[in-house]
Amino acid sequence: MSGAAAAARQAFAPNWGARLGLLALAVYAVFAATQLDLNWARLAAGFGEGGRFLARMFPPNFTRWELLLEGMLESLQIAALASALGILISLPLGLMAARNLSPWFIAVPTRAFIALCRSLHYVIVAILFVKALGFGALAGVAALTIASMGFIAKLFAEAIEEISMKPVEAVRAAGAPGASVLLYAVLPQVASRFVGFCLYQLDSNLRNSTLVGIVGAGGIGGTLFAAFKRFDYDFVCAILLTIIALIFLAEVVSGRVRAALR
Amino acid sequence: MSATSIPDPAAPLRREWRRFTPAQRLSRWLVWLVVVAALAWAVRSIDIIPEFLADAPEQMADLLVRMWPPDLAHYYPAVHAALIETLHIATLGTILAFALAVPVALLAARNVCPLRPLNVLAQFILVASRSVNSLVWALIFVAIFGPGAAAGTFAIAFRSVGFVGKLLSEALEETAPGPAEALRAAGAPWGAVMLKGFWPQVQPAFWGVALFRWDINVRESAVLGLVGAGGIGVVLDDAINYFQWDRVATVLLAILAVVVVAEVVVTRIRARLI
Amino acid sequence: MSAAAQRGLEIRGLVKEYQPGKPVLRGLDLDVAAEGITAVIGPSGTGKSTLIRCINRLVEPTAGEIRLHGQALTGLRGRALRLARRRIGMVFQEYNLVERLSVMENVLCGRLGYTPLWRAWLRRYPPADIERAFDLLDAVGLSEHAPRRADALSGGQRQRVGIARALMQGPDLLLADEPTSSLDPKTAVEVLELLVRLTGAARVPVILNIHNVELARRFAQRIIGMAGGVIVFDGPPEALEPGHLRLIYGGEDWL
Repeated sequence: MSGAAAAARQAFAPNWGARLGLLALAVYAVFAATQLDLNWARLAAGFGEGGRFLARMFPPNFTRWELLLEGMLESLQIAALASALGILISLPLGLMAARNLSPWFIAVPTRAFIALCRSLHYVIVAILFVKALGFGALAGVAALTIASMGFIAKLFAEAIEEISMKPVEAVRAAGAPGASVLLYAVLPQVASRFVGFCLYQLDSNLRNSTLVGIVGAGGIGGTLFAAFKRFDYDFVCAILLTIIALIFLAEVVSGRVRAALR
Repeated sequence: MSATSIPDPAAPLRREWRRFTPAQRLSRWLVWLVVVAALAWAVRSIDIIPEFLADAPEQMADLLVRMWPPDLAHYYPAVHAALIETLHIATLGTILAFALAVPVALLAARNVCPLRPLNVLAQFILVASRSVNSLVWALIFVAIFGPGAAAGTFAIAFRSVGFVGKLLSEALEETAPGPAEALRAAGAPWGAVMLKGFWPQVQPAFWGVALFRWDINVRESAVLGLVGAGGIGVVLDDAINYFQWDRVATVLLAILAVVVVAEVVVTRIRARLI
Repeated sequence: MSAAAQRGLEIRGLVKEYQPGKPVLRGLDLDVAAEGITAVIGPSGTGKSTLIRCINRLVEPTAGEIRLHGQALTGLRGRALRLARRRIGMVFQEYNLVERLSVMENVLCGRLGYTPLWRAWLRRYPPADIERAFDLLDAVGLSEHAPRRADALSGGQRQRVGIARALMQGPDLLLADEPTSSLDPKTAVEVLELLVRLTGAARVPVILNIHNVELARRFAQRIIGMAGGVIVFDGPPEALEPGHLRLIYGGEDWL
């Protein structure tokens, strides 16, 4: 930015800062590549391997469709349950974290808790739950519930903090009990946004539920991981195509629903 | 309702009020019915072992007790080295992603590339990249490159291409056409139009996307090791498999710290850039 | 004196400090009869709004005592406070309707203090409440707008809904905080006429905060002039003279 003063005299002030920055980035990239043991020989070998890998993926093999369907259904169930639980828990959490309706000694710890739920990757949470609860869908549901809480409780809290307090004041002045104040003065102001958040979370839980199986937390991910380990790359391809189709479908459906709600 | 057994002469005059029209009520009931049915189906048919469920709180508590206190002696050198490797994977992956995404974004932006088939092809590449999760990309690249950080870097890069490319092409499409038109009218070559017509307009979006994606990639690269793609996930996986819970706690704390620091750094830099 | 205190509102030594040492209300004494319109006039920031909000405890008084029909309002908590509040209707400057709910639901908000939660949630109000809500909407001329959303109404229509909501409570006292400041002059007069007519018919006393001295003279039976957190004038509109206005608002160029 120091170049700005010089630019008044010179038509093209050389922006040394930006050039140095780019150079530093390039040097870093080379340095990091050597640190990570990335070199041309390895890449070249990789590209050859990649070609063979792709060749083995096609044509996709759908002969074990029962296994595929079973895994996909379990992923769907995990996503549905985790979303429902996450949303249900997030409603009070979001309210408790909203600084305009909760006293600070409730809002601050709740915010910290929500931030903690969000900060660990859901796959890491899934591993911990697999170790604690055993293999299977239960661990997946638990992990994705935690992840959902981290995201939508925060969004809920932000939506609640943005409401107008005037109706709240009016309904309080009419002598309404606390729950009625929430139902009549708060909920109508946030309801449509909440539904949007919930759809978004369902969508992302669906994506994530296809994955938690990689660490043994149920769903199609386990089947996928097993297929990778057994080098069944044509089955891998079939699973990946199914997952992409499902995610694409979910995106279209939730897009439609959101458009209809508006 | 049953209390009004005596016929009320005013009843026909009494006005009814309902919140919703019958059609609205029906559709609301249908939506709830579908939601409840889906949940009931999920609960009934999902493979949850009741003993595990009953046991869950105790097991979780047990796990936490074993994790506490975290043994920080494990941090140096193994965890530290893995953490640095994770940061390298995230950063190099982001740089690689931009190298790959910029050409695709240029092809995808309709005001830069006027050929429809190329737009569609570029869009397809972006969507494909986004719909495969980074862990799945990592599995694929482990199959190609073998286990290690190389696979992780490529997984991060390929996953990020879709995200970065989409946002960049949107930024390109939102630019004002005036500057580029003026340059073209002056006979500037394509490269000059790009550099002086488009780049200044998309520059803030470019750095914003870069920071945003780097932040996400730091989180994502921490788990890639679980499938053998390098970084701190490998250490975490080993520690869990050997039931070294105090070491697991150290790794988790290290990941938490890095994630928080990355978020703070990104927020700071963004505040200065914008 | 004691008979008057039994009915109506009684305020003794009311003090409110938002910041310690800077009182907005400095020991206010006021008795309001159980009927009629009492207008409170005074410059902005002199505590008119604070006075009204202390009565239904939207603002917590620092010191002093407020009694409605002999019951102390200060010091009430929780359920007792709610039960007291539902006897006090309030009309707001900016209407404070729930914009995304229908007009009918907004009017029924006045019954929330009387309605169990499940009924409120399912909108299963007793038929008598619905009937009364329609009557009030008839009275304010908005019954055909009942199913419309409140944000589809004009300012004057919204304030009418606000009045209907306050009367829906069946209040013993109605507080009106600058109810016409957001309205154009013609609508302001119409809304005040409506307020006076309906509260007169229901025999509900009104405390009306108002900027406009002419409107206060026209509609109130009694005028309270406030300046610097104390009452400096208390009397019928006829007794309000330029000297009093100078005392209330200060200066004289504007007269």
